[in-house]
Formats: sequence, C-alpha cells, structure tokens
Amino acid sequence: MDYLVLQMLNGVQLGLLMFLLAAGLTLTFGIMDLVNLAHGSLYMMGAYIAWTLIGWTDSFVLGAILALPATFLLGIAVEAVVMRRLYARDHLDQVLATFGLILFFNELVRVIWGPAGKSIAVPQFLSHTVDILPGVPYPAYRFAIIAVGAVVAVLLAWLVARTRVGMLIRAGASNRRMIGALGINIELLFSLVFGLGAVFAALAGLMAAPLTSIKIGMGDDILILAFVIIVIGGIGSIKGAFVAAMVVGQIDIVGRAFLPDFLKTFMSSAAASSAAPAISQVLVYVLMAGVLVWRPTGLFGQRN
Amino acid sequence: MAALLASLRTPRGLIVALILLVFAILPLLTQAFDQRYLLSIGTRIVIWSIAAVSLNMILGYGGLVSFGHAVFFGIGGYAVGILAANGLQSGWLQWPVAIAASVLWAALVGALSLRTRGVYFIMITLAFAQLVYYVSAGLEAYGADDGLNISRSRFDGLIDLRDKASFYWLCFVLLLGTLWFCSRFANSRFGFVIRGAKSNDLRMTALGFPVFRYRLAAFTLSGAFGGLAGILLANEGAYVSPAMMSWVKSGDLIVIVVLGGMGTLFGPLYGTIAFFVLEESLKPLLDLGHKGWGEYWQIVFGPMLVLIALYARGGIDSLLGRRHG
Repeated sequence: MDYLVLQMLNGVQLGLLMFLLAAGLTLTFGIMDLVNLAHGSLYMMGAYIAWTLIGWTDSFVLGAILALPATFLLGIAVEAVVMRRLYARDHLDQVLATFGLILFFNELVRVIWGPAGKSIAVPQFLSHTVDILPGVPYPAYRFAIIAVGAVVAVLLAWLVARTRVGMLIRAGASNRRMIGALGINIELLFSLVFGLGAVFAALAGLMAAPLTSIKIGMGDDILILAFVIIVIGGIGSIKGAFVAAMVVGQIDIVGRAFLPDFLKTFMSSAAASSAAPAISQVLVYVLMAGVLVWRPTGLFGQRN
Repeated sequence: MAALLASLRTPRGLIVALILLVFAILPLLTQAFDQRYLLSIGTRIVIWSIAAVSLNMILGYGGLVSFGHAVFFGIGGYAVGILAANGLQSGWLQWPVAIAASVLWAALVGALSLRTRGVYFIMITLAFAQLVYYVSAGLEAYGADDGLNISRSRFDGLIDLRDKASFYWLCFVLLLGTLWFCSRFANSRFGFVIRGAKSNDLRMTALGFPVFRYRLAAFTLSGAFGGLAGILLANEGAYVSPAMMSWVKSGDLIVIVVLGGMGTLFGPLYGTIAFFVLEESLKPLLDLGHKGWGEYWQIVFGPMLVLIALYARGGIDSLLGRRHG
C-alpha cells in the first residue's frame, strides 16, 4: 500500500515534468500550427545552461532561476532565426527543419560541454526526506518538483484562462488569421509564446537533471513522449495536455513498478525485469492509438 | 525501348544512366582501385535507396508524411534475425516471412493511422514505430538493447551472400526492381488516384474513389519494400538491433526523400547518394580545417537541413531542369 502511494507520487512527479514539456509544445502547435521537433533540444539546453550557471553561482536555486531567462532568450532567438520562417510552411518542411535543429543542438552541446554526461546534485536543503504519511518517507526534492510543477500548472491555467495574453493565445489557437485581422501583433505574440514554451521546457529539463543525468540527446526520447501526450490530449489544449500527462505519468511509473512482479508469475525474473519497462512504454503508445481511433483529434482537441 | 533511348538525350536521362552504370560496375571499380570500404558504402547506399523509394511512394506521391518508415528496417531485419537465431538460415524461408511481417504491420498501422490527418498522422506513425522499437529493446532472448549477431541468409546453390560483390549485385538488382515497380505505380491509374488525393482528397472522394482504401494499399506496398530494405540491411551488417529503427533513421529517410526531390522516380536515389556523400565528405572536410572537427559534422549538416527545408523544396531533381511527363 505504502509502495503504491510512493509510486503514484512518482507518477504525478513525472506527469508534471511531462506537462511542463508538453505545455510549450501544445501552445506552439495550437497557435502557430508548428511541429517543433526541436522542443526537446530546449529541454536539453535548459539542463546544460543550468549546470553551467549552478557551477558559477554555486547555488542550485540561483543557477536555476538564472537559467530560465537565459533559455527564454535562446527560445526567442531560435524563433526569430528559424521558426518564424516556418509558420506558413507545411508540416513536412517543419519536420525537416526542426530535425536539422536537433542535430545542430546535439552537436553544439558536444562542442561546448563535451561528450560526457553531466550531473547536478540535489540541493542540500532538499536532500532529506519528508514523511508524506506517518512512517512513509518521500524524497524532499521529488516533493519540490511536484510543488513547483503544480504551481506552474496553476499559473499557466490562470494565464491562459484569465488574462488578456491568455485570451489572445486561446483566440490564436482557434483562429489564427482572425486575431491577426483584428489588429493583434501576432509576431510579438508568437515570439512570446515560443519563449514561454522554451522556459517551461528548460524548467522541466533542469528539474529532471538531479534525478537522471544530463546528456546529449536527453530531450529527444522524452520529446516523443511529450508529442504522444499532446496528441492524446488534443493539440492546442492545455487541459488536454495536463490530463494526458498525468495519465501517461501513472502508466509509465506504475507499469515499471508493478509489471515486473506481475510478469514474474509466468516468466523468469530476469526476463520480467527486462520486459517490464518496454511493456509500460508500449502501453502508452497503445493508449494513444486507442484514443486516436476513438477520437481522431484527441481527448480535448477541436473537432471540425 | 525507343522511349528509353530518347530519354538518354536529355541531361536528366544521361545523369540517371551514368549513375546506374557506375552502380552496376561498382564492385569492379572498387576492386580495380582497391577501395573495399567504398563497396560497403555503395551497398548501404543501394539498400537505403530501396527504402527511400518505398517511402517516396507514400510521402512523395501520396503526400502522407510517415515519420516511422525506419520501422520496416527493423521488422524486416528482426524477422531475418529471429529466424536465424533459431537456426533457420534459409533465405527462402526468411525473406518471405520478413516481407509478410512488414506487410501485416503496414496494413495494421495504415488502417489505424490513415484515419487521422496532418500532424496526427505524423505522430501516430512515429508512435507505432517507437512501439516496435521498445518491443525489440525488450526482447531479452534476442539481445534486447545490444542487438543480435546473425549469419547471412543462405540461398544454397544459387548465390552466396557472404561474397561482398554478389551481395552488392543482388541489392542493386532489387533496387532496379523497386524503381521499375515504382515507375509502374506512379503512372498507373492506382498511382494517379494516390497523387490526386495528395492535391485534393475531398475531390477524389467526391469523384467516387475510396481514397482511404487506395491509401491503405499504397501504405502497405510501401511497407513491403521497406521490409525488403530491412532484410538487406540485416544481411549487410550481419547484425540487427533496435538502433536500426530509431526515430532518427526515420527522420533521415524523410530528409533523403525531400533532398532528392519528392514525387520523382529517381529523386530518392539522388537523395541517398547526396546524404551519404555529405556524411562521408563533411567529416574529412571539417578535419581539414582543424583536426578533430570532423567528429562534429552534424553541426554543419543540421543547419543545411534547415536551409533545404526553407529554400530547396524541389530537391536535387529540380536542379536537373524541368521534367517531361
């Protein structure tokens, strides 16, 4: 029982990280109609930039906070140099160009930071454990991720649902040309949204760094998962991205945690522990296929 | 035949003829100049060309951006590999099973993914490819992440695939066959329905064509040839692994098709050659600038892709002047 609670919390934590990554993706997708494969590169760059800044400032919090505006600027620059030219193009051009960007960023990281992976230590003040239930300890750092993720999710929901910028974002997602015609500065809005997406991706990357490790291509595999999430949730829908990220987080973690025991009932234990992560990954894709057959534009996507 | 000869008089026809001629005698050339390494690159170019031609059928002619085509490398390869690991070495068994597996998977994926449009189609094809990738990475009995060493398929008494030149020529003949099939496909009524649906599928539907079924058929055919490329790739390296079907390979295939010229018969061939030549030449070129830079060739190649996407949509084929028919 305690184990189940712990694993579900891990699922929530993974889900929130995935949501941060998926939120930027679904916004650029929904508003600019842009397939940005390089979003995972921003996740990676966020982690590497944070690693450098944490080294300079000798403080996790300070380094992390400084990394966010830095990736915002990076996002704005990428948008201005490449993405802006891609909005009017078809999806194939976007896939091709952003695929090129992935190769570029992966090599760039190798040139600047070298081929070896980096690690960020869990900050001192979060390296203890917290009792979530009496006698059930949980790492404070993971708890902090859940807290930050939840706060950002609420902030984002507030931004999208209650502010003028959010109103423009929602209007842009449903009819891009119309808000342009109404005299809104779309270029500025697009830059802003892209920069915001980059910040969320970087935040996810740097928060995930102490749990895993920072390495080249770290954003690529997780990006595909983020795409699966926004496709399940419906492109352009923040709510859909949140629901899907939570579900996928649970499937992934709970699958990894409980499938081996289940599989061991009819397989050798080595085979079971090797097959379990694969099966929990497969379950995520089966879920997506099921959702798309049932609703071809995702759970909360616009139907036309 | 007369038409074939006539096409030789155009620059495009001449270039195609020249490329095919060089490919036809490549083992002789590499032997004469003692460049064995070039033959192995040549073999891979020919195999990747088969895959690129097959992707071009749906991507170039059909406008269906499948982002999971490398999965057929994996399915064709693993069908051969799994049979070989169980002691079934005969190519007469391995190859048909591998093609059948590719066809079945393509039919299944096509039936589900062709219901969706646009970005959803891109993502669902990618997701299905990832699914197979993760399944293969979980196959403990067949090497899991590390892959599986196999011996080449055996066609006893007919051809010895361990001989590098024989294997190369087999791949080349299969490429010619694939190109022939693709040209028949592109100019048939079936091909015209696929091409029509690319420019306006509502209109094709209104004209009474069951577009979904046509696309499914094309998707399945494309998968069959993709599987063939997978069989050859597994035999070429005598090795199969999940990395064969990583999504980056699917991306590479799209790059090749666009680079060569979408919806043209020989575009995939140009694209594959250009892709491999770029890869092999950027490294030494960068090394010339500074020793060790060659390792970072993708830092140049990446932005090149961006520029190609932005400014060179017609691909290499369009550089050869306008097409006739």
